[in-house]
Amino acid sequence: MKKLIVPVLLALALPLTACGGDEEETTLTVYAAASLTSGFEQIGEEFEADHDGVRVEFSFAGSSDLVTQIQEGAPADVFASADTANMDKLVADDLTGAEPVPFVSNTLEIAVPPGNPAGIQSFQDLAEPGLSLVICAPEVPCGAAAQQVAENAGVTLDPVSEEESVTDVLGKVTSGEAEAGLVYVTDVLAAGDDVEGVEFPESDSVVNTYPIAPVADSDEADLAQDFIDLVLSDTGQQILADLGFGPAT
Amino acid sequence: MLPRWLFVPAAIGAAFVLLPVLAIAARVNWADFGELVTSEASQDALWLSLRTSALSTVLCLLFGTPMAVVLARTSFPGQGLLRSLVLLPLVLPPVVGGIALLYTFGRRGLLGEQLEVLGVQVAFSTAAVVMAQTFVAMPFLVVSLEGALRTAGRRYEIVAATLGAGPTTVFRRVTLPLVLPGLISGGVLAFARSLGEFGATITFAGSLQGVTRTLPLEIYKQRETDVDAAVALSLLLVVVAVLVIGLARQGRITEQ
Repeated sequence: MKKLIVPVLLALALPLTACGGDEEETTLTVYAAASLTSGFEQIGEEFEADHDGVRVEFSFAGSSDLVTQIQEGAPADVFASADTANMDKLVADDLTGAEPVPFVSNTLEIAVPPGNPAGIQSFQDLAEPGLSLVICAPEVPCGAAAQQVAENAGVTLDPVSEEESVTDVLGKVTSGEAEAGLVYVTDVLAAGDDVEGVEFPESDSVVNTYPIAPVADSDEADLAQDFIDLVLSDTGQQILADLGFGPAT
Repeated sequence: MLPRWLFVPAAIGAAFVLLPVLAIAARVNWADFGELVTSEASQDALWLSLRTSALSTVLCLLFGTPMAVVLARTSFPGQGLLRSLVLLPLVLPPVVGGIALLYTFGRRGLLGEQLEVLGVQVAFSTAAVVMAQTFVAMPFLVVSLEGALRTAGRRYEIVAATLGAGPTTVFRRVTLPLVLPGLISGGVLAFARSLGEFGATITFAGSLQGVTRTLPLEIYKQRETDVDAAVALSLLLVVVAVLVIGLARQGRITEQ
């Protein structure tokens, strides 16, 4: 048994040291809101093609999770938030390397299971008694937006569940458990045939802006700025527009 | 006599578990602690967690005990495989458990239509929370009780049977009292696991104050905006869990 333990421990420890040995490659670490996953992965590929020896690593999660991680010292070079409130937390802590810039926007849309079993046609339909409607909790950006839209439209929503993320709302709709959910336009598009989208004019009253900024004290400040420039360029904007994001306002 | 070096990894292991708990306590905003844990949302979440965990523990005892007895006291072809399968929730990520439950009892699930005909709708109900907790907690009870049953052996049961006791009497008067400590610790494990349940609940039951939003879900939600509240509630959950384990240990010691 003793003979086995040492080689096993060595084998486990080896990959840890291997990471430090390779000095040819520089890594740019981008922390981005989960809704940006598909778009930023494409932009990352463009970026790597333009920058020899640079690898872009992404961490996709809820914006508030990412802010907490950066506040606790996570090694991020760029942060892209799904709302201004979370970016403001970083700014307040002096953790941004430059003024945050808005780069895209997103609006809400109603998601229903294929075939629209409850026959939802308008935002007012969401208030129908007995409808199993799922929205985000007001603490989450998509929930705050839903509440604001409802207020603007003068509609009182009575959801059966207030989920912690857009993904959870979408999951309840795609499984057919909920008859309607309020998510972003980009989520409906990304879900493909699993859900149908119902647009409503009131959505224009609440536009969610996504800001991006370099993180303070980044070792790769120049690369971070290059990445942000690419996101703001025509190439980056086109990739994001194809996924349903609106222009920054 | 223990080898002295054993204490070093033991101390490291203990520190690894205890330090994060201490770190939570160190981050608590004590000035607002009372206010944070007595808010209406917190009270609703705590009460819901205690109720659903108690109920799922009862369900685990009701169905898990016979399961453990069957697994420990009989042998039939494929028993090993069956044991691995019913213990699957132990290794399954709870989110996967939640998805599996959704595909079984959900509106479009395997049994969804039959349930709908019966007028039963589990989606987004407190019953769904209890089901999620029972699903993930059951194996904990089965594993610990089956171990206790095997350790206790069959001697007393055989003696009781030769003295004329029927199978039910043997089960009730000999087997159960013999493994009572194992039953209690299995129940405590199941309760503790139910109390901490998060992944299966959020995927299967949703999250609504007073209906499906248990303490772990409330903590997860609060963390979005109010870190102080999330930390305070985390400590509350730790305290409740420690109290439950302590009380059960107390009960076991007096029992013995």
